[in-house]
Amino acid sequence: MSFVRSYQLRLSRRHALGRAVIKRRQLTVVNNQTKLIAPKDILVFSTLRNERVRLPYFLQYYREKGVDHFLMVDNDSTDGSAEYLAAQPDVSLWTTSKSYRKARFGVDWLNWLQLRYGHGHWCLTVDPDEFFIYPFCDTRPMQALTDWLDSSDLKSFGAMLLDLYPKGPLNDQPYAEGQDPFEIASWFDAGNYSIRFNPREWNLWIQGGPRQRMFFADDPASAPALNKIPLVKWNRRYAYTSSTHMLLPRGLNITYDNLGGEKASGMLLHAKFLNTFADKAQEELERGQHYAGSQEYKAYAAGSTRNPDLWCRWSEKYINWRQLEVLGLMSKGNWA
Amino acid sequence: MTVGIVMLVHTHFERAEQMARHWAAGGCPVVIHVDKSSKGAAADAFIAALSDEPQVRFSRRHTCGWGTWGIVAATQDACQLMLDEFEEVRHVMTTSGTCMPLRPVADLRRYLMERPTTDFIESATTADVPWTVGGLSEERFTLRFPFSWKSQRKLFDSYVELQRRMGLRRRIPRGIVPHMGSQWWCLTRRTLSAILQDPDRSVYDRYFKKVWIPDESYFQTLSRLYSERIESRSLTLSKFDFQGKPHIFYDDHLQLLRRSDCFVARKVWHRADKLYQTFLGPEGATASGAEPNPGKIDRIFSKAVERRTRGRPGLYMQSRFPRETLENGVTASRYAVIEGFGDLFEDFEDWLRRATQARVHGHIFAPERAEFENRQATYAGALSDDPELRDYQGRMFLTNLIWNTRGERQCFQYSPRDSQVVSWDIAKDPNAQINVISGAWAVPLFQSNANFADLRIEAARLQRIEADHLEALRSPYAKAHIRIWTMAEFVEAPMEALQAVVDACASREGAQRLTDVPRMVNLAGFGQFLQNLKNQGMHPYLMGDFPVDPVPKNRRQQPRKPYLVR
Repeated sequence: MSFVRSYQLRLSRRHALGRAVIKRRQLTVVNNQTKLIAPKDILVFSTLRNERVRLPYFLQYYREKGVDHFLMVDNDSTDGSAEYLAAQPDVSLWTTSKSYRKARFGVDWLNWLQLRYGHGHWCLTVDPDEFFIYPFCDTRPMQALTDWLDSSDLKSFGAMLLDLYPKGPLNDQPYAEGQDPFEIASWFDAGNYSIRFNPREWNLWIQGGPRQRMFFADDPASAPALNKIPLVKWNRRYAYTSSTHMLLPRGLNITYDNLGGEKASGMLLHAKFLNTFADKAQEELERGQHYAGSQEYKAYAAGSTRNPDLWCRWSEKYINWRQLEVLGLMSKGNWA
Repeated sequence: MTVGIVMLVHTHFERAEQMARHWAAGGCPVVIHVDKSSKGAAADAFIAALSDEPQVRFSRRHTCGWGTWGIVAATQDACQLMLDEFEEVRHVMTTSGTCMPLRPVADLRRYLMERPTTDFIESATTADVPWTVGGLSEERFTLRFPFSWKSQRKLFDSYVELQRRMGLRRRIPRGIVPHMGSQWWCLTRRTLSAILQDPDRSVYDRYFKKVWIPDESYFQTLSRLYSERIESRSLTLSKFDFQGKPHIFYDDHLQLLRRSDCFVARKVWHRADKLYQTFLGPEGATASGAEPNPGKIDRIFSKAVERRTRGRPGLYMQSRFPRETLENGVTASRYAVIEGFGDLFEDFEDWLRRATQARVHGHIFAPERAEFENRQATYAGALSDDPELRDYQGRMFLTNLIWNTRGERQCFQYSPRDSQVVSWDIAKDPNAQINVISGAWAVPLFQSNANFADLRIEAARLQRIEADHLEALRSPYAKAHIRIWTMAEFVEAPMEALQAVVDACASREGAQRLTDVPRMVNLAGFGQFLQNLKNQGMHPYLMGDFPVDPVPKNRRQQPRKPYLVR
């Protein structure tokens, strides 16, 4: 039966790639600077909508980590995000007003850009509120990590999504453009995550954190997935199938060891819970463009307040990657 | 007299050039071998750039695949060129383009000057070394390896298997005993020229061409034939990870490398600017004259290998998700599970906390909520007390709790009234210390005011659940430390069981002697209660043979004062 399963997955990979090729027509180029991409450059892929206030810090953060070029899709922003990005020297920008949901939450668009420009590069696929950290990220640039992954014959690198939140209601500390969001949202849940193995695509399915604790207590199974594989040495035959939670071929999803050892892994610090959250949730709810019929945003809206406090007395304050490694949320693996 | 540097380069030429100039400036002649497969402008520019250095030569180029003869051939040619061209060379050291001297070149020269006849080459017989990638040790020398391990793995493996099946073995040339060791060595002119000019060299070369990873055995074996004095260690600090590839040094290893007092380190990341600036810069590395001492680096890298292969016991996370039975510890540390005691004693939880100073929880799998210590709504790691969240993946709730509180002994109560999601998990966990009084769940029923018909149904349900749980505890898969008393046994000799519970909860063994004992509930009439259940057709058996009236009538008449167990 295993070859039947393999063939099914092969079909769904071809399907995903086919969609990507078709959906490329939805993208209008605003500023294509991909000629600047050098052979070993690290690329960031991102789609966004109305994230103007976050962009300066986002770009600065990844430039400092060693990212060479950004390939971004603007989904009909009205707050000047597109204009800001079009003026950046290292950003290639496409725009579309088509449905985010019908493009499978942006995956089709990015799969196309990765297919076209990512082949042979280390590609990091993140949202504008996701900040990638990895072992030794305070002393080693991202090229050190990708060189090490290359020398270890690893093609993908896992980084679980970690929701950070402020202490007190979200609106109490407004976020200013250019600011490090983790000055405000500096708390996280250290040890309430549950993991399940997905026998079809071989990835782990991780849930938990403040969102499950606060909004999904009645229906834990619907809580958002936190497993992510954002960093991949791209090949034009690869395709993300569900956000960056999993991709095909499925061997790329094995970013964990199942014999008792620890592989190296990173984290995506998620700066979703700022004062911008309530408006965003409202807007997304009205557009109905998010995952599983915006169930996630409905759950937030159903929460007693639009201005929740996610903090509890066992919340942990974020310091650095070493703290996360000691807590067992990420691992150095055999990188030393 | 000086030391000649043979440098094998295949990439990062700008760094190799920097390194070559550094060695040359220190008075060491350098012979560089550029991998034949490194074609293109970069390699040519590198060769051209170094043409102004009188102390630098380039040797005949070979193709150097990993674990192939090419590396040996390249080393042979480069060494020959070194010995021919530079009369003043007494030692020859092999390095790569990514090796970095950690001590001044003069320091190395002085060190070798003081040991003019010593060959520094790691060289051990196959039986004595643990580093064998691919499960081949002695067979490296007795089988043939015409296929590449890296690019033709299937052919490689099947040809090895074929030779094993057919019992094909190669003869090892007369007079040599295979030895293995690091390819980064430092040999004297005497030993090296003896190897290169050996009349039987063609025999040895032919033999080693088909040995697997000859660069780790050719010189290591032949130097045993000629050397006066072998120091079986490498002057090059080179650590390997579990896949047999070298660990890489970065800027943040600076202090560690400095203190190691090693002469040369491999391999340095080509963009570790701070390391290059420090060790090749004007003030350079500090001369210490000390013996190399890589102990601390050794520890860090062996810890990395340990983490990669065994991991942290009891941790389940995004990059460690062991299959069942391969966990290397289901949970992170020991904990106690107490069943039945809470039903038999008043305020048992408080008493246990006083007696042990452990983290004593209530029924953390209770149907209403997880009863954490002091009934907090969240607990360590922001675990929620919500029963649905807990039961969504009960096993992970338990492993999370134990992981989050590692360093403290956790005790919690468990009963058939609770969610049974972890019944098997605790039974199979060697870290669990489970103390059970079976049948004690009947005591709250006995004390309650409910309809006897309802009680009878409830008793049947609880007994069924507990029977299943006890089956898990008694199964051959159970690995926990388990003690089970029936209620009848317990009432006979309660002190023993109480002491066992306190020992299980206290983190220090045997430290706690019982001084204050908890108060048992009044059991007068309990035997009759059980008899009533029996009379209704429900057969309570998990309590053991509880006498209908446990108090002998001829001794005490009046209801006793609530008794202390002694």
